Amino acid sequence: MIEVESLSKNYGATRAVREISFRVEKGEVVGFLGPNGAGKSTTMRMLTCYIAPDAGTARIAGFDITAQPLEVKKRIGYLPENNPLYLEMGVIEYLRFIALMRGIVGSAVRERLRHVIDICGLAAMASKDVGELSKGFRQRLGLAQTLIHDPDVLILDEPTIGLDPHQIIEIRNLIKNIGREKTVILSSHILPEVAATCDRVLILSRGSIVGSGTPEELASLSGGGQAIVAAIRGPRESIEAALRGLPEITNILYLGSEGGIERFELTAAADMSEKIFFLVSSNGWSLSELYRKSINLEDVFMELTMREAS
Amino acid sequence: MKNIGVLFWKEFKGYFSSPVAYIFIISFLAVTNWLFFKTFFLTNQASLRQFFGLLPWMFLFLAPAITMRSWAEEKKLGTLELLMTLPVQEHEAVVGKFLAGLAFLGLTLALTFPLVITVMLLGDPDPGPILGGYAGAFLLGGSYLAIGLFASGITENQIVAFIVAIVIGFAFLITGESIVLYSVPSYWGAVCSYLGLGAHFQSIGRGVIDSRDLIYYMSLIGFFLLLNQLTIEGRK
Repeated sequence: MIEVESLSKNYGATRAVREISFRVEKGEVVGFLGPNGAGKSTTMRMLTCYIAPDAGTARIAGFDITAQPLEVKKRIGYLPENNPLYLEMGVIEYLRFIALMRGIVGSAVRERLRHVIDICGLAAMASKDVGELSKGFRQRLGLAQTLIHDPDVLILDEPTIGLDPHQIIEIRNLIKNIGREKTVILSSHILPEVAATCDRVLILSRGSIVGSGTPEELASLSGGGQAIVAAIRGPRESIEAALRGLPEITNILYLGSEGGIERFELTAAADMSEKIFFLVSSNGWSLSELYRKSINLEDVFMELTMREAS
Repeated sequence: MKNIGVLFWKEFKGYFSSPVAYIFIISFLAVTNWLFFKTFFLTNQASLRQFFGLLPWMFLFLAPAITMRSWAEEKKLGTLELLMTLPVQEHEAVVGKFLAGLAFLGLTLALTFPLVITVMLLGDPDPGPILGGYAGAFLLGGSYLAIGLFASGITENQIVAFIVAIVIGFAFLITGESIVLYSVPSYWGAVCSYLGLGAHFQSIGRGVIDSRDLIYYMSLIGFFLLLNQLTIEGRK
């Protein structure tokens, strides 16, 4: 659906995007992850034909972004960074304007308006002016605007930035629902965000792709293995010694003690939960907690972006 | 073409969503009416010559006020990115915005009809100069609007756009004035008098629409709209 070939963009001497290439298949939800200034927005602006690349090209649904920008624009719903809106327009008036500019005509306009207002939960706000809306509703309106012409591809630049946690979850669910039938690229610099919504993540740093894969694959990139937290009641030294005896465990981190319960974070090549359970019970200690830590993208992210920087 | 229409309506309605438009229409009408009637009864002539004489100077300020928001606001709020990622081409956006400004200016001009009625009631004016005057005012206003739109496209600050438009418009206006014509070498005189906005306005105002004047205004408008389009494309 989206094919990007060595796309580059410079701003003066700054190389904002350096020859990046990637593909996004139909129906995939892909996240751009990277610190500010990594080239996420610049890449999105090139894909949406807002700016032209200095080198390389991209095809969206088979149309070239430099040769056929109008065809490309027709097939994309785009939420730009900071969600710009015409604040002095009414909500309906705004959506109608976008619909007409998108070439929707006649009774279909009303139908599409009703549809996106319904999906994005804007019904209660329909009679207001855009400028009167709260940030969360503005974001919904921004999303509604991207959906109005039922595009194949959605490009969302930081769709949840500046929202409160409750609104973030709402918008995230909305994107998940939309993403079931559409090809989506979204960007974020917040890791759990991307992990929660995306099938695949591209990590950008200084204009290049420094890592790519599913959230799980990326996690295994960072030193590999999994992190297990175990809280065991017993003497610390002998517990540590016993744990060291297990060959699968590559690293042991002592987290502290609380009411006679010793907590460790273990890094292991494979799932060790059962072995740890038997080890503890055979020594006559007791296990008060044992869980696998969720994938820590933060580590991967730091590692990949720092590696690039050094 | 359809895009131009949609954008035209959005822009035209946009003028009335803020009080600025009303303030400008009212102050324009108040000032022109005042200046006109101040001398109208003294000169005792049933003609609108005085009124049309004011317009190049009134429009010098009115037109930039109409266009200053057009692009500057879009750039400042980031809606330019929204607009230009819709399936619309730059020249369509430029023309849509220009036509909306022209319609607003035309509306303002139309609201000066009480002057025409007054003159018609009090005397028996020649309709030629009145029609010509309005046609010329429309073309002159259009030129200022094109200049203003260009100025709005180079900045995201409305005040800067306003001032730049006045400076460019002023330069074009005085180029044809006799004081400039006397002070430049004689071979420049013909060029300057052709480039000046005012002379063409006066010539149309006599009630004779000469193709040279039409071509002049059309090329000036076309030139600045093209510059505007190139500036907007220049973001790429």
